[in-house]
Amino acid sequence: MTRLHVQLAAAAVLACLALAPLVLSPFSVTLMNYIGIYSLVAIGLALLTGVGGIVSFGQAAFVGIAAYATAWVSALNGQSPWLGLLFGVALTCGVAAILGVVTLRLQGHFLSLSTVAWGLAIGFLFGNVEGLGRFNGISSIPPISVGSFALVSSAQIYYLIWGIVALVLLLGYNLMDSRLGRAMRVLRGGNTLVESLGINAFRIKLATFVIAAFLAALSGWLYAHMSRFISPGPFDASMGIEYLMMTMVGGAGSLLGGVVGAAIVTLLKNSVQDYLPLIAKGASGQLEIVAFSALFILFLQWARQGIVPSIARYLPKIRRERPQPAPPLPRRAQPTPGELLLKVDGAERRFGGLVAVNNVSFEVRSGEILAVIGPNGAGKSTMFNCLTGALRVSKGEIVFAGRPITRDPQSRIAKAGVARTFQHVKLRPRMSLLENVMLGTYSRTRTGLFAGAFRLNQREEASARHEALMQLERVGLGDKPFELAGNLPLGNQRILEIARALAADPALLVLDEPAAGLRRQEKLRLAELLRSLRADHLTILIVEHDMEFVMSLVDRIVVLDFGSKLCEGVPSAIRSDERVQEAYLGGVA
Amino acid sequence: MTSDIAAILAIDGIATGAVYALVAIGTVLIFTVTRVIFIPFGDIAAFTALTLAALDAKRFPGTGALVVALACLATLIEVISLIRNGEVRLLPRALLFYLAIPLAVVGIAWLAMRMDPPLAVRLVLALMLITPIAPLLDRIVFRPIADGTVLLLLTVSVALHFALVGLGLLFFGPEGVRTEPLTSFSTEFAGVLVSGQTMLIVLAALVFSGLLYLFFDFTLIGKSLRATAVNRTGSRLMGIRPERAGTIAYLLGSLMAGVSGILIAPVNTVFYDSGFLIGLKAFVGAIVGGMTSYPGAAIGAVGVGILESFASFQSSALKDVIVFSLLIPILIWRSLATLHSEEEIEE
Repeated sequence: MTRLHVQLAAAAVLACLALAPLVLSPFSVTLMNYIGIYSLVAIGLALLTGVGGIVSFGQAAFVGIAAYATAWVSALNGQSPWLGLLFGVALTCGVAAILGVVTLRLQGHFLSLSTVAWGLAIGFLFGNVEGLGRFNGISSIPPISVGSFALVSSAQIYYLIWGIVALVLLLGYNLMDSRLGRAMRVLRGGNTLVESLGINAFRIKLATFVIAAFLAALSGWLYAHMSRFISPGPFDASMGIEYLMMTMVGGAGSLLGGVVGAAIVTLLKNSVQDYLPLIAKGASGQLEIVAFSALFILFLQWARQGIVPSIARYLPKIRRERPQPAPPLPRRAQPTPGELLLKVDGAERRFGGLVAVNNVSFEVRSGEILAVIGPNGAGKSTMFNCLTGALRVSKGEIVFAGRPITRDPQSRIAKAGVARTFQHVKLRPRMSLLENVMLGTYSRTRTGLFAGAFRLNQREEASARHEALMQLERVGLGDKPFELAGNLPLGNQRILEIARALAADPALLVLDEPAAGLRRQEKLRLAELLRSLRADHLTILIVEHDMEFVMSLVDRIVVLDFGSKLCEGVPSAIRSDERVQEAYLGGVA
Repeated sequence: MTSDIAAILAIDGIATGAVYALVAIGTVLIFTVTRVIFIPFGDIAAFTALTLAALDAKRFPGTGALVVALACLATLIEVISLIRNGEVRLLPRALLFYLAIPLAVVGIAWLAMRMDPPLAVRLVLALMLITPIAPLLDRIVFRPIADGTVLLLLTVSVALHFALVGLGLLFFGPEGVRTEPLTSFSTEFAGVLVSGQTMLIVLAALVFSGLLYLFFDFTLIGKSLRATAVNRTGSRLMGIRPERAGTIAYLLGSLMAGVSGILIAPVNTVFYDSGFLIGLKAFVGAIVGGMTSYPGAAIGAVGVGILESFASFQSSALKDVIVFSLLIPILIWRSLATLHSEEEIEE
């Protein structure tokens, strides 16, 4: 299947959608309108939950804010619905931004619970504010008019709704395939990974959150002017959960899943209303919610992935062209070989009473490979985390390229030119090798939200893609750039992480136990790769356990034991040092 | 606000909070043992109140039919899964636990009803009828996805709550109930009238928390439950079955929820859907305790009760808005106070 096939399929679906009102009954068209309106919220939620990993139970509140805002502007103050759109979107995004700033630093399920909290609080507010009609709601909301043409009937507003849905999908998929979209897709990999790529995780989360709220606001605006009447009911907590249902049924990772999920849930609810009275006479109202919830629970028990990903597995893969040569991305000014690059001065890190790293000092000079070794519990990983900013030192200073980075957050250290890999490989298994490596170029590129969504910066994207391919080729993984990273064996995943780090054009590459868990052949390949990088004048710092691997590879070694520096020197000197032998093997009897 | 009013509000809040505390402790219990945030405990509490009201009115409550329906469904699922796994020898046991015992409970309640029992017996009957529901739901709904993420379990739990609300309407009808007070005793305390019911609520909360403490610290089953909460795999290696620990946790939890339902029924009118807010507020209390500490959950729940009582004095319409808005600073505080391991979300 090629891109052309996908475009043809999309055009066919669009044509069907355009013809639908001519064929369908008015009731079906209204149903389609509801599906379109719910789709917008579900697409936003797919972005937030499926892509960004932030589960929100409160989207209905955002829909409500926009709906009430536009109703207040148009029905109560007699202004144009278009002004209502502006006001609704601005108000919703503003509220979302404030809520996001306050809550998005929360961890784990605390974040989801906070969405329950503000979702409920805002939901209760609609029914209790004097100026908004309390539980009676606001009626006689005017229809949307384009020029002097009012969109009154359901077939008229149909084209507006589905036009917006199609546009949102197009822009959404463009965004996913751009620099910021890739940053959003990496959020689920955990904060350390995101920050290590030079991405400010909080800002990306906030952007995703506000985009989802924006889509909910569009939905609320359309809802208010389609139904011409609003009350608190459609924006309460249960509706928030229904939106989440739609997203999960469609497949949380997929934007198209939002539309499919909205369609299935809406049609299912409708048919439950239709057919239940036939099975159980008289009890239909009560049983409706029971049947619906039971179906949803069954669905989650049997198909957690959602429908679109389950089907997509059986479709032929899209064939892609190898990236073409493109102008190179800007490179950073590399330090001259032999120059002092990293200086650790009296670093100390305490965890309560435990001193994990105690007064450790060493230097890294440009162009060398330095290893930090030591037995288990020597403080290697703590030292590593302090260097990359994942932990702060309790005392002492770390200077990189002449600038102190002791207090810098991870993403700033990464931007300064320190690229790292992880002991437990952190890749995005569902992204291709090429996309994983492109993540490394984040801090070298600039494309923003709008440029990404409207594909305005294709030149930079081509350069980033070509850079990623070149780094893949440099490490020897260039033959299958569109393979999924999760399909690689561990040894190659480590090497892929190095390619991702190289794509950031680092001044210093720090590797956290790169040989751990590798087979002998894989270790040899890795050592060979690191030697070739040194030949390119790259500076490398390795924290490692495996003596054999280190001895034959590095220029100098720093040995840690019980948190303190034991000694420092060239491999042959370290090998014959009695203190090192004692630390590793125990004392000579 | 005078100090008299403040005292009345505080006492009122403590009583409401004590009811939430019972449910909150059950919520924490279930969460630590099974990782399920069991929102429907509030529904269990409301159903208990409705059951008791039906018994008082000499009607056989809908709970009976609900238990029978759930027991049949659970038995069917268990039998199919046993046959599929080739464990036919376990069938009699499964039939005993999932079919015979729940049916026997309903049968006993039905027979006892005909003898026009006194209030104490009716209370026991109501609790007996309510306790099988959560363990049966666990078998039907949560057991098949026990390995899922906390989030998946939470989503299912929320969906289950909606199903229960529907079932509640079906089995109990839309009328609200208010049962007879358990005692008409009242006394003056620091110049404020305190009803016996309020004292009973607080006393019950204290007694049940105390019993739970004794159970966890001094019985082998209690210790096995704690072990499951700390490490499922580890406790499985020690011969503890997490499924069984889960069932016990659900039984205990529903007992607590049941007691809270009985206590709240004379104070507030309870409808088939009253459970949601009870469950959510108890849950807020549980979060204050970090979802892991029983005393923390109890204190948090009492705090929510007091907050609600003062908020409803300020503005009864906005009391829920106030309670849930205040949850956000609490969550931030809890999130900062808890150490998080870096966790990737599975795909």
